[in-house]
Amino acid sequence: MSTPLIQTKNLSLSVAGQAILDNINFTISSDEIVTIVGPNGAGKSSFLRALIGVQKITAGQIITKKNLNIGYVPQSLNLNRHLPLTVMRFLSLPKRHSKSKSAEALGKAGVPDIANKQMADLSGGQFQRALLARALIESPDILILDEATAGLDQPGIARFYQLIADVRKQSGCAVLMVSHELNIVMGASDRVICLNQHICCQGTPDLVASNPEYRALFGVSIPSELALYTHEHDHNHEHDDTGACLPND
Amino acid sequence: MLDDFFVRAVVAGIGIALVAAPLGCFLIWRGMSFFGDTIAHAAILGIALSFLSNISTQIGIVIMAILMAVIVEYFKDKGQAQDTSLGVLSHSSLAIGLVIISFIGPMQFELTAYLLGDILAVTRFDVMVIWAGAALIFGCLIWRWQAFLTSTVSAELAHASGLSPKREHLFLTILLAIMIAISIKLVGVLLIAGLLIIPAAAARFLSSTAESMACIASILALIAVTAGMQMSLMLDSPAGPSIISCIVVLFIVSSIINALRRRA
Repeated sequence: MSTPLIQTKNLSLSVAGQAILDNINFTISSDEIVTIVGPNGAGKSSFLRALIGVQKITAGQIITKKNLNIGYVPQSLNLNRHLPLTVMRFLSLPKRHSKSKSAEALGKAGVPDIANKQMADLSGGQFQRALLARALIESPDILILDEATAGLDQPGIARFYQLIADVRKQSGCAVLMVSHELNIVMGASDRVICLNQHICCQGTPDLVASNPEYRALFGVSIPSELALYTHEHDHNHEHDDTGACLPND
Repeated sequence: MLDDFFVRAVVAGIGIALVAAPLGCFLIWRGMSFFGDTIAHAAILGIALSFLSNISTQIGIVIMAILMAVIVEYFKDKGQAQDTSLGVLSHSSLAIGLVIISFIGPMQFELTAYLLGDILAVTRFDVMVIWAGAALIFGCLIWRWQAFLTSTVSAELAHASGLSPKREHLFLTILLAIMIAISIKLVGVLLIAGLLIIPAAAARFLSSTAESMACIASILALIAVTAGMQMSLMLDSPAGPSIISCIVVLFIVSSIINALRRRA
């Protein structure tokens, strides 16, 4: 049986008295690709930030496997333009790595030729792949990606997710990602979690796609990632065996 | 050799320049140029309170600087705009410090020397304190360099790598406080931020890595401190403004080199 890498129990998070996440029970195991979907302001990024320790939780527990090695790809990186930093040097933060190991990571990320370029000079796609290479360099147990394709065009997004799938195949690491690109990531995930401050529903992509809660959030036909929604809190937060929300009494 | 006041000042200045510039690089990279000013201005309040409580001025400065850093972080956590809180703390600590000093009396307190620096004021003991402080800062910078740089690049990436960006920030602030405490006699409170920021800004045009920027900034600061003190001696001008004027000249030269290189 696969090992749970990260588990949350009744996790809640508030900022300045405002609830961001409520009673989240979550597990990811060593062989899974899990995608978190949800509207803007649903707490997706806050959840990931809580998992890596940036955001303090207000209640509940986060249990991680001992010596868990996390490879994290943030949504964006606002590098100060006065900080000269080559890609090779960026990969050696905070732990220094040999040139061959850095080159190998860049190769895995599909950008073998950018080692000596300044981070500030990279295109959007190259920058995201440099972040991915840094996340991969220490052979992580789990790769956490927070809307890692923000700013990329549609073909770039598709290529990026294909790369993630290839990397997972080669290295066998778990992948937890937040994404707005529903039509792309739904097919590439083992499990999808629909989050809107609480877990609305979760399960296999097919199961979630047919779930009324998910459809209410993203539209019936899911034509694109721009689906509009109105979220009604007309359901309770208990889930049945398949991960679907139970209806209100 | 250290019997000559000018040699003492130069030896002290070299020690300060070596560590001020790399610390200034971190301030620039973190977008916290004004933070150096705030800590320096708070030093006046630290000096005033150390006179009142009869403790060493250096210790008073370090305590006040750390207190300011903690207050800035507190306001940041409470969602206050950082430039606003830095502005309020900078000017209020300077003003309150000056008011307290006015009660202490001019005989006990050489205010101008603390504000603008004085090469005549550097004693053999000061040289020892400066070099001990500089060695401590230098050692800590080498020890924590990777952690400081990672936290500067991204707090999130630092967290994911098992570092605590807040702790690294506080550590950096303590080093900054020590640097200001040891260099205040030579450069003065009002212009000490210039010694931190301007060499780093000038070095940016000439560097391709963070490490080379810190090294070049140190070299530029070293040249400026030596030339500035020579200028102070020859023209009988205050040490701090003389040093900073020399740094500004280097900044202009560096900017011109950068502009010519871009055109080529």
